[in-house]
Amino acid sequence: MLKLLIPCDSVARAVGADQVAAALQREAERRQLPIDIQRTSSRGLYWLEPLLEYETPQGRQGFGPVTPEEVPSLLDALVGEPGGHSLALGPIEQIPYLKTQQRLLFARAGITRPLSLEDYRAHGGFTGLEQAVALGGAEVVAAVLDSGLRGRGGAAFPAGIKWRTVRDAGAGQKYVVCNADEGDSGTFADRMLMEGDPFLLIEGMIIAGLAVGADKGYIYVRSEYPDAIRVLDQAFVIARSAGYLGADVAGSGRAFDLEVRVGAGAYICGEETALLESIEGKRGIVRAKPPLPALQGLFGLPTLVHNVLTLASVPTILAKGAAFYRDFGMGRSLGTMPFQLAGNIRHGGLVERAFGLTLRELVEGYGGGTASGRPLKAAQVGGPLGAWVPPSHFDTPLDYEAFAAMGAMLGHGGVVVADDTLNMASMARFALQFCAEESCGKCTPCRLGSTRGMEVVDRLIATSDFSERHDQALILRDLCDTMQYGSLCAMGGMTAYPVASALKYFPADFGLTTPEAAQ
Amino acid sequence: MPDELLHLPVIHSILSRQKDAPGALLPILHAIQNAIGFIPDAAVPDIAHALNLSLAEVRGVISFYHDFRTTPPARHTLRLCRAESCQSRGSEALAAQLREQLALDDHGTSADGAISLRPVYCLGACACSPALELDGQVHARLTPERLRALVNGCLEDAAC
Repeated sequence: MLKLLIPCDSVARAVGADQVAAALQREAERRQLPIDIQRTSSRGLYWLEPLLEYETPQGRQGFGPVTPEEVPSLLDALVGEPGGHSLALGPIEQIPYLKTQQRLLFARAGITRPLSLEDYRAHGGFTGLEQAVALGGAEVVAAVLDSGLRGRGGAAFPAGIKWRTVRDAGAGQKYVVCNADEGDSGTFADRMLMEGDPFLLIEGMIIAGLAVGADKGYIYVRSEYPDAIRVLDQAFVIARSAGYLGADVAGSGRAFDLEVRVGAGAYICGEETALLESIEGKRGIVRAKPPLPALQGLFGLPTLVHNVLTLASVPTILAKGAAFYRDFGMGRSLGTMPFQLAGNIRHGGLVERAFGLTLRELVEGYGGGTASGRPLKAAQVGGPLGAWVPPSHFDTPLDYEAFAAMGAMLGHGGVVVADDTLNMASMARFALQFCAEESCGKCTPCRLGSTRGMEVVDRLIATSDFSERHDQALILRDLCDTMQYGSLCAMGGMTAYPVASALKYFPADFGLTTPEAAQ
Repeated sequence: MPDELLHLPVIHSILSRQKDAPGALLPILHAIQNAIGFIPDAAVPDIAHALNLSLAEVRGVISFYHDFRTTPPARHTLRLCRAESCQSRGSEALAAQLREQLALDDHGTSADGAISLRPVYCLGACACSPALELDGQVHARLTPERLRALVNGCLEDAAC
């Protein structure tokens, strides 16, 4: 029997994976050809989706991107000479985009069925948890500290220090909270992981719960990710019946259980304290720190808050050891990072590599330049609060400190590429408008600065008087400074990044270069 | 509104099931909106009472979150992504096309109640921008033609 594999990932489905699967089923029945279609996670090679794979004794081979119209010719090729088809990709794992990656977090991506516990175990699942149960909490916290793992949500705080703080915070009720409110444009690694490998996140959270002494975990997922919510809920049921969640987790004698909480369209709830407020059933208003959530978090109790990717990194650290993990990366940025290539890019997708490759390798090497074929203008790294980086700075290594040194940030690893048709003055205005719409309103620089900033950009663009333009630009820079240093959280504080970088690197878009310089 | 009172049994059943969970307000609001399509104002006093909150606290939460609506939805809801990744692939031109085809603004609802437009900021389909969500289903790698066809589908569907 012909074994075919098609992703059930929501974006693969958004470009027609379900229609391809249905067409294959119909056409195979018509031909009385026995086939077995399995729905796996996505490889993250999104420009090839819908990707159709088939098993051979030499490993999986593929076709992509497939449309339902091509199904008859694909079945012809599959029973005849597969390599001859115009969409044939050959052995999937030999595609350079995939072959050169260092997939630890996404080791199972595209290979396993998301809700198959059997697949998960067959590919190394739950060995980290077994190790953690054998080691005990103190040793687990030490391993996380030793691994050099830093928070993958954007702030890059050393994870082990948070774990130690929560573990040492007395013996009462504690929580583990997973921040899955992945609202940044250009990022989709959390979504892929939750939809495609839910047991990995569950395993990471169980390890965290046992280590810090929490018996309850929440995963706060944004409402824009309905597939992730459904998959997680189903995965909890499977994990419970297999004894991984509940009163006695994996034979440890300790209790731990999980619950999904669904967001409601507020970007600010990706900020950890606003997220905690939201789980408590309140408006997502940012809290002042201190007190740290590690000591007074959810419902005022000690809480370990981490992004999806941080928690999902833990099973590998436990299974293979802290030394194995910290061998990846550079400087103080250790381990691997799933970078996400998006926007105007030829080969959009997920690239998991150790820290330290350059932005140019990522955008031009993996990404293959712009999708439009037009000249590359800039890449926004780290979501809507990240800086627009011009190609002249693309040789910067992807490392937390190197990016911070140039007034940018890696954030959650999303990279949005733009060609020369995107106007950076309008992107600066958009950043401020987005901040005005999504600000929780608690602090003045963010609440008012965003609206005043939009007005300044409007005046700057509207005026034909050159010196007036320069005056407005001065006000805008000054406002960015106030927002950056005076805001309570990263929302207002980092909205300055895309605005100031647009102004710095693309003054012509604001009409700020003299006519002579523009020529 | 008397119509809204018809929803009260559903709301009471949701409240009695969920009111004791810690931080129950958001899950309750989601459950009501999933069941009824919106959160009727008539429900607010009962929600407040069940959770021992003030009316202002409940209304404050409903109005804070973009997802919650207090009026019935149109038959179709189209959410075009307007975030940076989709903008870099032409979503602003698609937004203009929508406004023109339907003669509505970005948050508008057609007079016959066939379709509502709402902007959304990121659907996680950024590697296949531009994208939209129509009645819960994501469509990516949009083209002007595909968008027009999806909208026409909604309008035809509403006419019959």
